Amino acid sequence: MATRKTSDTGPAKGSNPAPKGSNIPAEELKHYYREMLLIRRFEEKAGQLYGMGLIGGFCHLYIGQEAVVVGLEAAAEEGDKRVTSYRDHGHMLACGMDPKGVMAELTGREGGYSKGKGGSMHMFSKEKHFYGGHGIVGAQVPIGAGLAFADKYLENGRVTFAYFGDGAANQGQVYETYNMAQLWELPVVFVIENNQYAMGTSVQRSTKSPSLWERGAAYGIKGEEVDGMDVLAVKEAGERAVAHCREGKGPYILEIKTYRYRGHSMSDPAKYRSREEVQKMREERDPIEQIRQVLLAGQHATEDDLKAIDKEIKEIVSESAEFSKESPEPALEELWTDIYAEEAPQEA
Amino acid sequence: MATEILMPALSPTMEEGTLAKWLVKEGDTVASGDILAEIETDKATMEFEAVDEGTVGKILISEGTEGVKVNTPIAVLLEEGEDASAAESAGTNKGEDAKAQVKEETKAKDTLPSDTPAAASPAAAAPKPPRTPDWPEGTETKTTTVREALRDAMAEEMRRSDNVFLMGEEVGEYQGAYKISQGLLDEFGPKRVVDTPITEHGFAGIAVGAAFGGLRPIVEFMTFNFAMQAIDHIINSAAKTLYMSGGQMGAPMVFRGPNGAAARVGAQHSQDYAAWYMQIPGLKVVMPYSAADAKGLMKSAIRDPNPVIFLENEILYGRSFEVPVLDDFTIPLGKARIAREGTDVTIVSFGIGMTYALEAAEKLAADGIEAEVIDLRTIRPMDTDAIIESVKKTNRCVTVEEGWPQGSVGGYISSVLMQEAFDHLDAPVINCTGKDVPMPYAANLEKHALVTTDEVVEAVRKVTYK
Ligand SMILES: Cc1ncc(C[n+]2csc(CCOP(=O)(O)OP(=O)(O)O)c2C)c(N)n1
Ligand SMILES: [Mg+2]
Repeated sequence: MATRKTSDTGPAKGSNPAPKGSNIPAEELKHYYREMLLIRRFEEKAGQLYGMGLIGGFCHLYIGQEAVVVGLEAAAEEGDKRVTSYRDHGHMLACGMDPKGVMAELTGREGGYSKGKGGSMHMFSKEKHFYGGHGIVGAQVPIGAGLAFADKYLENGRVTFAYFGDGAANQGQVYETYNMAQLWELPVVFVIENNQYAMGTSVQRSTKSPSLWERGAAYGIKGEEVDGMDVLAVKEAGERAVAHCREGKGPYILEIKTYRYRGHSMSDPAKYRSREEVQKMREERDPIEQIRQVLLAGQHATEDDLKAIDKEIKEIVSESAEFSKESPEPALEELWTDIYAEEAPQEA
Repeated sequence: MATEILMPALSPTMEEGTLAKWLVKEGDTVASGDILAEIETDKATMEFEAVDEGTVGKILISEGTEGVKVNTPIAVLLEEGEDASAAESAGTNKGEDAKAQVKEETKAKDTLPSDTPAAASPAAAAPKPPRTPDWPEGTETKTTTVREALRDAMAEEMRRSDNVFLMGEEVGEYQGAYKISQGLLDEFGPKRVVDTPITEHGFAGIAVGAAFGGLRPIVEFMTFNFAMQAIDHIINSAAKTLYMSGGQMGAPMVFRGPNGAAARVGAQHSQDYAAWYMQIPGLKVVMPYSAADAKGLMKSAIRDPNPVIFLENEILYGRSFEVPVLDDFTIPLGKARIAREGTDVTIVSFGIGMTYALEAAEKLAADGIEAEVIDLRTIRPMDTDAIIESVKKTNRCVTVEEGWPQGSVGGYISSVLMQEAFDHLDAPVINCTGKDVPMPYAANLEKHALVTTDEVVEAVRKVTYK
């Protein structure tokens, strides 16, 4: 059974002779930078809008974890599916959903992906094969396996990414799913986004398992641990996982070590960890800063190139914020729509 | 040998009752299973059957006597061949009639329909306590939030019994996701304030096992939405075991946490489960509104020998109410409270629904309509007597709840009134409920999805034809 550790989790400071990423085209590296920056700036804006009372309820930011979805989306092909928890804004942006539609859903407006009816935790896009946006911790795991079940059934060669947290990894339904996914060789990548905390509970306080991905071994599922602050490492691991699934060998587990900089949701005072711990992570491991260094050190881009990208992202984000404020509230009749389908849903 | 027949306890907590009617007279011979008398508790009229055969030698308590204490001799039964003189010397065989079978009879007007079939189970037959004030007049009170009241109740019960413990997600080091368990870890330590992983089905099951094993668990669900992960253990393991084991073992425990809509947390985090749990025999279901009720009912829930679902509300956590300063303040489960007296209409609600009910009553009073507002407090067993009594006076009823309309608490109340107080109704009962939709996120839609004060006012106008 593959039990590999693709990269160490220490600071990714380039001491190698060949600079990191030198074998990767500049455009690809810039793409990662751009995508991660989009998520970061988008989330910062969402945080602001929340503070202004334009976003309500629960709002879980993805800041710090950007390399996870950006790296894995780089390993995905058109038609592959993804499903995740309530911490979903990054996943939606990374799979190509429109920032305007996402932001307008956050403000609960007609122009949002769910017409304002879902909110931060519940967005979906059939077009981008994004299946939500789930509020019940762990529920997305069997749903992800179910999407893969359908793909295998339909023999369409697709792979599903089922993202869940370190906290969710303790839910019983995850293990029921592991068993069936391996039994039926479902093409699903179980992505554990281990950001080390489930609300205020650190991984050490929720389990004595030394690692989460190794639990798959009990069911015969292969997996590995990945440095989730390094988008290139994530992408490589993603490619191995996807290849495994597409070859018909069944599911694969990626335990991606990452970190969330902000509180669990906007209302979390985050007293369970020290400022220093967060600060150290940001300074030494930040995924965007790391790729920025790769771009500059390998002379894939100049400071000016990156500034141009920053500017472009800033515009996209402020446009999305504008849109989210201008889009009207849903019409009252919307309260009563979408409860039952009028006709059978379209075939996949 | 002559046997004394004693006043039966028709539930574990019944202390006295009225001997309404003798169905036998001195000299009658009776066989086991014959109905001897009708006995009224404050909740229902029960038929009291003979267990042994013999002749009724002497009737000691005449019919119509009120306040007959449990275990008072009410008659003497003579064995074959004995004469009445033996009745005088009876007394050696006390307690024989503990074997008496009590069969509950459904009598129109003063008994309840569906609240009683589970009569064999002590839970459902809990007697209705007298409708006295919750605490003695003149007692000092303290302004307390619902949050503090719940915490104080748990702390007091944990001090009272070492076997009471709290478990759930973030209850310890984080001090509770909604800060209900603030300070408990410091006082009671990690053995009794247990942080769990996010594994509701698992820890609910473990708590049920711990209750079987002699402990008194309090299980906090971060919200009741997540208790759906655990509902199998709540119902199949906790609620049904007493019955399935023929009364040998049960699950004395409390499942508690916030229930219903908070503010804009969307469809998966906003459900009101009152009506769901209300359906389950073996469970008791409490849904308090005020801080005093939260405290007094929580203490009773922890002491209750049955699994109790305790439905709190995030929006109410921060509201302040007067709570009596008493060493051991409890409120019995199953007793409603008249929150406001009135003559024109009865508004029945519970939990956060009381906010709308009371607001509506104020508005209506300004227009000269006096609403009587009943706070059910416990939804199972439900104090339907209190509702019926009130409706006899007002002849109209409106119910208020946040949950969905189909299979609602209000729907059940309507059916009780239809069956028990039909002749007293001057208008159809109206159920004000949440709208029949999943909870939307958008601010404007959410407002419309919830029940509103205006809807309650409008319903009252309809039933009062004003
Ligand atoms: C079944 C269930 N239990 C509890 C919650 C409340 N809750 C929401 S997020 C969360 C922590 C989840 O942590 P993790 O899985 O590590 O994901 P992260 O938030 O770190 O992305 C909890 C306890 C919930 N939404 N669903
Ligand atoms: Mg986590």
